[in-house]
Parts: sequence; structure tokens; C-alpha cells
Amino acid sequence: MIRPAAGARFAPGDAVRVQDMEKEGHVRTPDYTKGKPGWIAEVLGAFPNPESLAYGGDGLPEKPLYKVGFRQADLWDGYGGSPEDVLFIDIYEHWLEPRE
Amino acid sequence: MSDHDHPHKEPQHERSPWAARIRAVEELLEERGVFTKEEIEAQVEYMEARTYENGARLVARAWVDSTFKERLLSDTKAAAMELGLDASGPVEFLTVENTDEVHNVIVCTLCSCYPRAILGRPPDWYKSFAYRSRVVVEPREVLREFGLELPKGKRIAVHDSSADLRYLVLPQRPEGTEGMSEDELAALVTRDSLIGTDVPRTAREASRV
Repeated sequence: MIRPAAGARFAPGDAVRVQDMEKEGHVRTPDYTKGKPGWIAEVLGAFPNPESLAYGGDGLPEKPLYKVGFRQADLWDGYGGSPEDVLFIDIYEHWLEPRE
Repeated sequence: MSDHDHPHKEPQHERSPWAARIRAVEELLEERGVFTKEEIEAQVEYMEARTYENGARLVARAWVDSTFKERLLSDTKAAAMELGLDASGPVEFLTVENTDEVHNVIVCTLCSCYPRAILGRPPDWYKSFAYRSRVVVEPREVLREFGLELPKGKRIAVHDSSADLRYLVLPQRPEGTEGMSEDELAALVTRDSLIGTDVPRTAREASRV
């Protein structure tokens, strides 16, 4: 069972944006999501911080992981598919920011 | 090449530079005691023992047992264990359900994350740059190239498995399969339908095989 993310900052439905950061290290946010508006689809749980794990660290404290949803039309200029198409990607809390 | 004994089967054809490099790294790690040859062999066996047919069993059970389906969607690892599949280990899974409204397809754009502990090794195309870069941008076109033409009104949900969960697709049960046994249903489930680049065979297609 996945460990619940106690103290998660975001809840399902919250409007978020992936931080548009140029940070070195094991930041698992593909470029195409950076700066893009999405929403919290699901709070997935708490996992060790990959930025620490990737360099031999203990990954602690664990970070809340979210399934973040995006409208494809918000990700790609001139997206050719249905306006209903969506993309989900799992992103850690400290790589997200709230959106008005 | 080092001069110690190799229990591994040597390839019959010439090694690619990549394979040679991997072998060299493997030898170094062995020599320095990071892990042993036996541990590598055990890991290879673990991986070879897993195939997409495990996923097909999960799907077939979910098709015939709605409470199992609920468990599969809420806790994939527990559902797998219930069928005797050893999905223990630190990796977590999430199963996403295809419906009349939405078709799911899985990718890992950053590397090649795949539910290996259940399905074994991914197909080579899953790891290709072309699939990983294109399916997020033009999923409908990519699926068409796989031979899968989705109804116009159906929404596509791409799941980029970029972090700590590994994804499986629960495809829709084909029409006309009422009365089929669980084993017969499992035989309809293709590997690619568990990734979302295919849908299960119909009963008629299966009878032609």
C-alpha cells in the first residue's frame, strides 16, 4: 500500500502550475510541462525525494506526489487532437506552485 | 576484456558498442564487489519469468469479477498478489480503466518506466525516442500507426509515468465475449493493450488464430 501523504499542500481539483525552473539534478519534470497550467487529479502518496535518492541520499523527508492533469491544448501550441484530450503526469509537490 | 571466467552465455554475433560498454560496467561492478554474478543472474531470471500474460490474467479476472476490478483499480499490488503474482518490492502500480468515454495510453518520456515486476520487460518500441516523444504530442496519430483507430468522440488520456508509479491499462472487455471463460478472456488480451497502443482481440479474431 502506498503511504498516504500527510500534510499534502494541495488537494484534488486545485489549480497548479509546474515551476518553470532550471534546476540541476534529478528533477523529474519533463520540459514540456514546465510553466504549464494543470490541476491536481489525485494525491498519490508520499515517496522519497528523487533529488536526494539519485545522489545516494536517503530521500528524506518524503515528498507528496501528485497526479497532475493537463489539457493537451495547454501543453502544445496548435495541438491537433480533440480539445477534450488530457495528459496526466506524476509530479512532486516541491516542483509545483499554486495557480490563481 | 578481463580474464576471469564467464558463466554468462556469450552472444554469437558481434557485440554492439552499447552491449560491450554495459558488459564492461558489469565486470567492474562485479570486480569491486558491488554485486555478484549470481545476483545478476537472479535478476535476469526474475525478469525473464515475467510476461504480459500476468497482466492478461489481471484483466480477465477484473472482467469477470467486479469486486476484484475495484481492488485492481484501488490497489494494483494487492490485486496482483491475490492472483499469486509476486509484485512485492518497493515499486507501486496504478491501473487506469478504459471506458466508452476515455482511452488511456502509457508512456515514460524521461526514460522507460514500465511495470516490469508484473509484465516483465517492455517492448523495444516503448523505449524508443520516437514513441516517447511523439505519443505525448500526437497520441491519435501514433495509435493509428499501431493500427488502432479510436472513435472520433473518444477522449485520449496520456499517462506520462515520470515518477514512482508504474501504470497498467485495464482495457474494455470486447463485445460478444459473454460466456467465455476467464482463461479464454485472458487469451484476448494483448501485450500492447496493457499499454494502450492496442485493444484486446475480439472473440471472432481469436477464433481465427
